[in-house]
Amino acid sequence: MTRLTRFVVVLFAVLCGMLSAGPAQAHKPSDSYLTLTVGAQGITGQWDIALRDLDFAIGLDADGDGNITWGELRAKHADIAAYALARLAVQGDGAACAIAPGGQLVDDHTDGAYTVIALKVDCPKPPAALALSYRLFADLDPQHRGLLKLESHGQTRTAVLGPQAPTQTFELQTISLVDQFLAYAREGVFHIWIGYDHILFLLSLLLPAVLLWRAGVWHAAASFRAGFIDVLKIVTSFTVAHSITLSLATLGVVSLPSRWVESAIAASVVLAALNNVVPVFRGRRWTVAFGFGLIHGFGFASVLADLGLPQGALLLALVGFNLGVEVGQLTIVSAFLPLAFGLRRTWLYQRLVLVSGSLLIALIAGIWLAERVFNFKLLPF
Amino acid sequence: MQRLNIHRLVLAALLSTLTALGAAAPYRPQSDQQVLEKLPARAADPRMRELNDLRHQLQASPQDLGVAVRLARRYYEQVAAEGDPRYIGYAQAAMAPWWNLADPPVQARVMRAIILQFGHQFDAALADLDAALRADPGNGEAWAWRAAISMVQAHYPEARGACAQLRQHASALIGTACEAYVDSVTGKAAAAAEAIRSALRQSPQASPGEQLWVLTRLAEIEARRGKPVQAEEAYKAALALRLDDGYLLAAYADFLLDRQRPAEVLALLKDSTRSDLLLLRLALAAKALNAAPRAGWEHDLAARFDAARLRGDKLHQKEEARFELELRGQAPKALALARENYTLQREPADARILLEAALAAHQPDAAEPVLKWMAASGIESAALNTLAHQLRGGK
Repeated sequence: MTRLTRFVVVLFAVLCGMLSAGPAQAHKPSDSYLTLTVGAQGITGQWDIALRDLDFAIGLDADGDGNITWGELRAKHADIAAYALARLAVQGDGAACAIAPGGQLVDDHTDGAYTVIALKVDCPKPPAALALSYRLFADLDPQHRGLLKLESHGQTRTAVLGPQAPTQTFELQTISLVDQFLAYAREGVFHIWIGYDHILFLLSLLLPAVLLWRAGVWHAAASFRAGFIDVLKIVTSFTVAHSITLSLATLGVVSLPSRWVESAIAASVVLAALNNVVPVFRGRRWTVAFGFGLIHGFGFASVLADLGLPQGALLLALVGFNLGVEVGQLTIVSAFLPLAFGLRRTWLYQRLVLVSGSLLIALIAGIWLAERVFNFKLLPF
Repeated sequence: MQRLNIHRLVLAALLSTLTALGAAAPYRPQSDQQVLEKLPARAADPRMRELNDLRHQLQASPQDLGVAVRLARRYYEQVAAEGDPRYIGYAQAAMAPWWNLADPPVQARVMRAIILQFGHQFDAALADLDAALRADPGNGEAWAWRAAISMVQAHYPEARGACAQLRQHASALIGTACEAYVDSVTGKAAAAAEAIRSALRQSPQASPGEQLWVLTRLAEIEARRGKPVQAEEAYKAALALRLDDGYLLAAYADFLLDRQRPAEVLALLKDSTRSDLLLLRLALAAKALNAAPRAGWEHDLAARFDAARLRGDKLHQKEEARFELELRGQAPKALALARENYTLQREPADARILLEAALAAHQPDAAEPVLKWMAASGIESAALNTLAHQLRGGK
């Protein structure tokens, strides 16, 4: 360690000490703050518990100097989660729900620092009524209370949990299957709109649809009908293909490593774009759409898995999400086709959009490919 | 998929910034050395050691009533010294084996009453004290609490009766001060002050704790009946005892604020921001001086009252009413708080904030219970009389 580094480290420690020694904390009775959010994809939560209370219960100040440091707290994270979760029980319609703790952060409330535990609550099925049994610190401080904020489907309720009412039941506004279906459909639309690689792949295949390759040059297609049929073939085969793999992967029949899938998706964009500059597939672009569509389906599946799949409504989520993707895709196509048809005779479209645009797409996708294969980050999207 | 998550993150961040502007968010500290929380005392502190020893004794034999009461009492003293209500919960936990008994032993009943009255559960506390006194009529502590609660409820004959009993089971100083305390709000303030002064002269050996209580009462009586010089003398004598006492500091700060001496309040309380009671006085002093920390203190107070409301606590309604009236200028809110407070607590300070709020909100009818009490009790108070006069003029 150089002398300067050493100096900075010491200075930093001093500054941290000074900052936290600043305003003395207020006095208030002991409260914890429990937030539970019931959504289409299950129940998540956050539990803020005062360090002072945890210190009294299980001891956090390891060196006994009267200060609780981040290091001392971190060392106790597992103990804290075990202690707290043993004193909170959640039941959905009478059946016990499993509570899994996530990572812990720190937050400051009016009376000092709190540890913030992320929670994931898994009930056997989406509950119509949630029962909470709260016993935190009940033996050490009967005046401790848990201040609950329960959010379900846009509705927020609050309650005071504690020994005065150890178990409380909350009726949840049940979400209809239709709402759940629509929630996944929205996610599907959202994903295709911000999933630039899918859009660029599709656009690369669609750009030549309003043109014809004759004698080494692109010419404008004569009829709208011809372009429309070409687009229909491409979009349909892309849809069928990615729906197959999305379903297979979501149902757990097939699984592929995500880095492999993501790299292959980037490669598919490069190939589709380059094909516009040096046409290889020409009229058989729908076969390309089908082949690479299979790969894109795996990409959709990992997004759906990230969203969380509801127990008991897997198929509903799958179909909803898939339809959402198609709706999002059709919106893009229906904006593209008339525009492309209108511009197809222009130099702007034939040279600038088709050739330069495709080269640009290939360049971007090439960088994605390198990023994903070699696992680094260059582009912000 | 990584990119999707980044977009989601950005969206979520934007949304949460828009919806919760200024709200703190959970964070990950940057170094293991960062101090997150300072505990009120080190484990090596003698007071903490004593508490810990008692705690371990009780853990070994949780049914030992003697140890449980000793520990609960030490926790209660800690509340008075530090103002931290957590210790009340700890005291209640120590009394757990007796807490829900229909007929616990006398010692347990008295301790339970002390804890209950802290939470303004006066009727339950009185029931426990009366039962304890039936079993042990010579319990001086129970008589003292009986007198104190009756005073808060403005039940003066009961208070006087309890003081008469207390005189037989406690020191002459405490007995005299107790009766003088009742006299001081029932039309005999001058005699009450004189009685306390002479009892103090005759009891030079009294414990500092007793002297503190008696001097604080004397100071309040003198201030109320318009004798600021004598009041200040008593406050100074009480402060000179150098006992940690939040109540004394709050009373003296109010005295200084009434006398337009806010700078002295800032100096007196500069290290007392932890207590809601004292932070209110600091903020009021800062307001009078147009001093910079006012905004921060006002913000902190608002946050603490909000936190108490979330929990359903109504322990500081009097302070919250003053906060709304004197710092925020929200007369209707202050009046609602002062009225609700007055249904539970009817000491002169509770009466005063109700009169002030009723006057500011132009609702003289709301002050009716106080005006009735003033007429019935014969209280001598320059401040209350002025307010009552203004209210009648406004009718």
